[in-house]
Amino acid sequence: MKVSFTEWTKSGSPWVWLNAGAVAICVIMVVGLLSLIAVRGLGHFWPADIQQATYSLNGEKSRVIGEIVESEQVPAEQLRDAGVIVPEGTLMMRRDLMKIGNRDVTGTDFTWVLDNNLSERSNPEMLFTAERREWGNFYGYLRALKEGDKLVGQYDGYEKTPEYVALWKGFEASIERALIIRKDIYQIEKHEIGSINYELERLRLKQRALELKEVSDPAPYAEIEARRKELNTSYEGLQQSLIDLYTEINRDTIIAEVSGGQEIDIAVAKIVRAFRPNDMSVGAKLIHYAEKIKEFVSDDPREANTEGGIFPAIFGTVMMVVLMSILVTPFGVIAAVYLREYAKQGFTTRLIRIAVNNLAGVPSIVYGVFGLGFFVYFLGGNIDRLFYPEALPSPTFGTGGLVWASITLALLTVPVVIVATEEGLSRIPRAVREGSLALGATKAETLWKVVLPMASPAMMTGVILAIARAAGEVAPLMLVGVVKLAPSLPLDANYPFLHLDQKFMHLGFHIYDVGFQSPNVEAARPLVYATALLLVAVIALLNISAVQIRNHLREKYKSLEM
Amino acid sequence: MSIENTSAPQIDFNTPAQLRMRKFRALKDKLASGGIAVGGISVIVAILLIFFYLLYEVMPLFQSAKVQPWQQNEQAIESYSVPGSGKTLYLSMEEQAEIGVRVTDQGEVVFFNTLNGSVIKSETIDIPANSSITGLSTISDPLRQFAIGFSNGDALVIQHNYTSSYPDGERVITPALIYPLGKAPIHIGNRPLKLLGISHTEENWNLIGGDETGLTQTKISVEENMMTGEIETTTESEALPQFNLKAQKLLLFPDRRWLLVAGKSTLAVVDLKAEDGPRTTQVIEASKGNITNFQMLLGGNAVLIADDLGKVSQWFLIRDEDTDWKFTKIREFSGGNAAVVDLTIEHRRKGFASIDELGTLRLFNTTAERNALTATVIKGTADSISYAPRSNAMFIEKDGQLSLLEIHNEHPDVSWSALWDKVWYEGYEEPEYIWQSSAANNDFEPKYSLMPLAFGTLKAAFYAMLLGTPLAICGAIYTAYFMIPAMRRKVKPFIELMEALPTVILGFLAGLWLAPFMENQLAGIFVTLLFVPIAIVAFGFAWAQVPNKYRFMIPEGWDAALLLPVVILATLFSLSVSDGIEGILFGGDMRLWMSNELDISYDQRNALVVGIAMGFAVIPTIFSITEDAIFAVPKHLSYGSLALGATPWQTLTRVVLPTASPGIFSALMIGMGRAVGETMIVLMATGNTPIMDMNIFEGMRTLAANIAVEVPESEVGSTHYRILFLAAFVLFMFTFVVNTLAELVRQHLRKKYGSL
Repeated sequence: MKVSFTEWTKSGSPWVWLNAGAVAICVIMVVGLLSLIAVRGLGHFWPADIQQATYSLNGEKSRVIGEIVESEQVPAEQLRDAGVIVPEGTLMMRRDLMKIGNRDVTGTDFTWVLDNNLSERSNPEMLFTAERREWGNFYGYLRALKEGDKLVGQYDGYEKTPEYVALWKGFEASIERALIIRKDIYQIEKHEIGSINYELERLRLKQRALELKEVSDPAPYAEIEARRKELNTSYEGLQQSLIDLYTEINRDTIIAEVSGGQEIDIAVAKIVRAFRPNDMSVGAKLIHYAEKIKEFVSDDPREANTEGGIFPAIFGTVMMVVLMSILVTPFGVIAAVYLREYAKQGFTTRLIRIAVNNLAGVPSIVYGVFGLGFFVYFLGGNIDRLFYPEALPSPTFGTGGLVWASITLALLTVPVVIVATEEGLSRIPRAVREGSLALGATKAETLWKVVLPMASPAMMTGVILAIARAAGEVAPLMLVGVVKLAPSLPLDANYPFLHLDQKFMHLGFHIYDVGFQSPNVEAARPLVYATALLLVAVIALLNISAVQIRNHLREKYKSLEM
Repeated sequence: MSIENTSAPQIDFNTPAQLRMRKFRALKDKLASGGIAVGGISVIVAILLIFFYLLYEVMPLFQSAKVQPWQQNEQAIESYSVPGSGKTLYLSMEEQAEIGVRVTDQGEVVFFNTLNGSVIKSETIDIPANSSITGLSTISDPLRQFAIGFSNGDALVIQHNYTSSYPDGERVITPALIYPLGKAPIHIGNRPLKLLGISHTEENWNLIGGDETGLTQTKISVEENMMTGEIETTTESEALPQFNLKAQKLLLFPDRRWLLVAGKSTLAVVDLKAEDGPRTTQVIEASKGNITNFQMLLGGNAVLIADDLGKVSQWFLIRDEDTDWKFTKIREFSGGNAAVVDLTIEHRRKGFASIDELGTLRLFNTTAERNALTATVIKGTADSISYAPRSNAMFIEKDGQLSLLEIHNEHPDVSWSALWDKVWYEGYEEPEYIWQSSAANNDFEPKYSLMPLAFGTLKAAFYAMLLGTPLAICGAIYTAYFMIPAMRRKVKPFIELMEALPTVILGFLAGLWLAPFMENQLAGIFVTLLFVPIAIVAFGFAWAQVPNKYRFMIPEGWDAALLLPVVILATLFSLSVSDGIEGILFGGDMRLWMSNELDISYDQRNALVVGIAMGFAVIPTIFSITEDAIFAVPKHLSYGSLALGATPWQTLTRVVLPTASPGIFSALMIGMGRAVGETMIVLMATGNTPIMDMNIFEGMRTLAANIAVEVPESEVGSTHYRILFLAAFVLFMFTFVVNTLAELVRQHLRKKYGSL
């Protein structure tokens, strides 16, 4: 059917199509964003092949080894200006970003190479990647394995031969051994010595408190001193076993060849994991992938948060959110019940309702400033003066901490809970309440036994939405207690177990910090994507469940409305 | 048939147990009511607390200063007669304002208790034989240095110094005199040193001295011998050219290039480092009356000139168009008509105090152009005043009586004009809006103009709304009005889900993915923005040409789904051809072309990046509310219109949208509120430089991001800290007002629809 353009325009169809286009663009943007995060976040853990190639630049040839991370087109002009010899007539050239690792040798993790100038590309099976505790990844060939000064094995070629594989197996066994010892060291350093230090600090504070109270009785001092002696003795014992373990773990070293041809020594104790991606089957890669994901969610970060796991951040976020929910649920519900069931409906309640609604729109940073000024400096400062004078001038509650972060976020999210609960309460038919009252129940009984149970899904919705909001907020937390690296978790085996005054790590802040404050942003980026993916997944899940509960609730009460 | 009247079973409802039970239940009910009321009200109070606490932190900024006699044990201390003999030449205090120092024309240096004038220590300066003290010049109040000139042309540089010690847990301050250039006087010239101008760095000292008839400059360089630790000095002297005015006072700038010579009402500016020797560059009529005092402000850049007409003016050197330095009057502080007798400079801030012959004390701040206090503190004409280093106390000397005043002036550097108007800062060529809250050096002039931040906030919000609004509103129109319900039920929650997306993630993507991408594909972005709508319309037209047989296979209302591949393909196509277009139109690199041809500078993290990222953040908010508003328009309105023969588009624009427009307005308001208060996206996706430039390719700093960056480092209770609270308060009020407005509009709308 032929339609003339003028007629088509006159009918307004172009505008309808443009409106439809807007929806399509919105949906594409959302999907695109989520898939960008998902692809980059999940791709990070896959063991990438290591390429070896000969790279010629301005006539000089060198061997490069590394993973190609991304490619882009650059104008040839720009390269010429930088002094690179580019063939005449080319306008654009492809440039690859290569992760070459070996920061201790080359000084950088990444380098740009011109794709055209790479030749003799190969993926040698014996090339290996080692994830290290410092200096980032290592790429190269295994040359020898040493136990102390004794050479255990050695190999010179590049091909996969049985001898070479045997040497590799020895290396793997050595890593395994070092990791087991590392676990013991971790146990002693983190837990045993950690708790001794913690108790020593508590003793110091106790003594200071006694001095401040001007207690002259020597008995408590002697007690403290005795306990301190005891602790110091056990500390020395642990110190000795630590020294032994360290000698043990530092026994093995390997010699490895890097792309430039030089051979360097690497202590096996410094290696977290070594693998040869070019020689891995898909199955092996999958196992590796699963291991990496497990490490990501359950381990501590390494190397200024750019490697390793994000467990403390997950833990901190969860702790904060749990505390916040404990605070926000009763208060939000009580306020909603008051507004809906008890307060006299009129101008004032309407005003309050508008105010509460609008507080949800107040910028979160304002809450952060309030939290910092009122909770941290004012309340915290006074608490310190009253209850923790022995620790002054170093603040206990007078600085950002878990409790202040939770309260601040509870304040930030209380409007969400109030609004959701109120909506739930308003949906409960009058008849149900009246029935209960007619049967002789008091108002409180009606509320407790009839109204609240019926409104519970709405409260759930509110709390879930509050949690989702709190989990994603970063700006206020930056002011009231989040840090880039917390020395210990806010919940541990040391009395009083839950350390409300402690600073903590947070997923959202982790993203900001690693993505923007990290010295090695390029290397950290994949980890940030992974963290972002985790955060998005958690929040999307919470929101979807809130929506589901809300829909379920609506269905449920439809039958009650006669 | 008979009806048996059976009596009702006898149940006693009033057994003691029942009664107790009922009482208990009633009590529980009362308790619950009380508890809930208390809980509910306390939550609401907590919310109100935010408002009042912010206000409480901000209020001190706008309180005026207070002055009163110094209070000791809740009693005002009396004035006392000046310790020592002779006329006061110099009067000052140490840090704690516990010890005062007075230098007299008899060569006495008296350290005394500031509360009662009892002498703590008294020293006498060695006056060279056959001469007397002819002049004294303050080198620097914060450094506690001054110089004394003798009638034989010698000068002595002295510093009063204090050390604190804590024997027996009590603080004891011990005063002492130090001679930075040695105890032996320095010979400057042969004239009596009535006038002195001194300035120095660690090693180099310039001393200019003389009387009305002529001046001599002496340069001294001090070097510490590395081996012996001895101090070696080298001295050279030269005579300065004559001036045609009767010099009354000298000031030498710390750069040791500029010398100011004040006459009766004129001022000569001398360039000591001019190519062909010292030269007078300017002679200025500095006052209509007579100059009574002139002093250097903290930092050594600006000069204050007081006259007998009650005016104090601030001057500094700025470069004119010919890059010549010109000593220029910047601003004038007027206070009354009585002659200003003395000025005293604050040691830590850009402030000063003046006292006039009627005994009226005025406290000023130069940056804020603020008169923080006007109070008559003394009857008659005071001789001199002197600030304590912390500006919390002041000496006033009158007729041999000394009184100590207590001054409360916490935040003089804030005023409406300092926050919102252009301010002429020291060292700048013209008044400007600048936010620069801290610097490394002590004598820094804090620049607290909120304008660049407010501008940045609105700029970010503007670009975000520019990109977000059309998409959100058009999308909402389609979803609410044209889309089939099955699809609407999927699309709406999906887009709304994005509202919960943490902004830190959007910020991170904008900063680390979008910004570099845009830098590479700038032309591509613009081609996409132009080409995608064209492609959509073209596809729509092409679709209309498709025979009905195929067209009707896809039901109406699925257009958006059809467009998904079109938009994706159009975007990919635009990005791929953009390189070619860039080559043809912009010579291969659009950014280069812009900076060369249009003189537009380009930051990687710019307003366009923020606009896209924050547009993304506001889309769900605006979309959701707009969609609700349009969907809530009663269906019979549009049915009526359609029945009368209007096309769906006509119905939409003439019937539905006007009805829903208040709702759309409230959606825009709420979206705006969100864009204004957003922190993380702006923090991560811009360079956070507080500039005022509408250029879409440059960054900005917003109020919210500024708070996030600076609050953790600002000192509690300081002016900076309170200004950040003020910024938070401004944000709070802005969003609160905007949201309330939106909410009221929405409620009004709801009522209106109720009647339809």
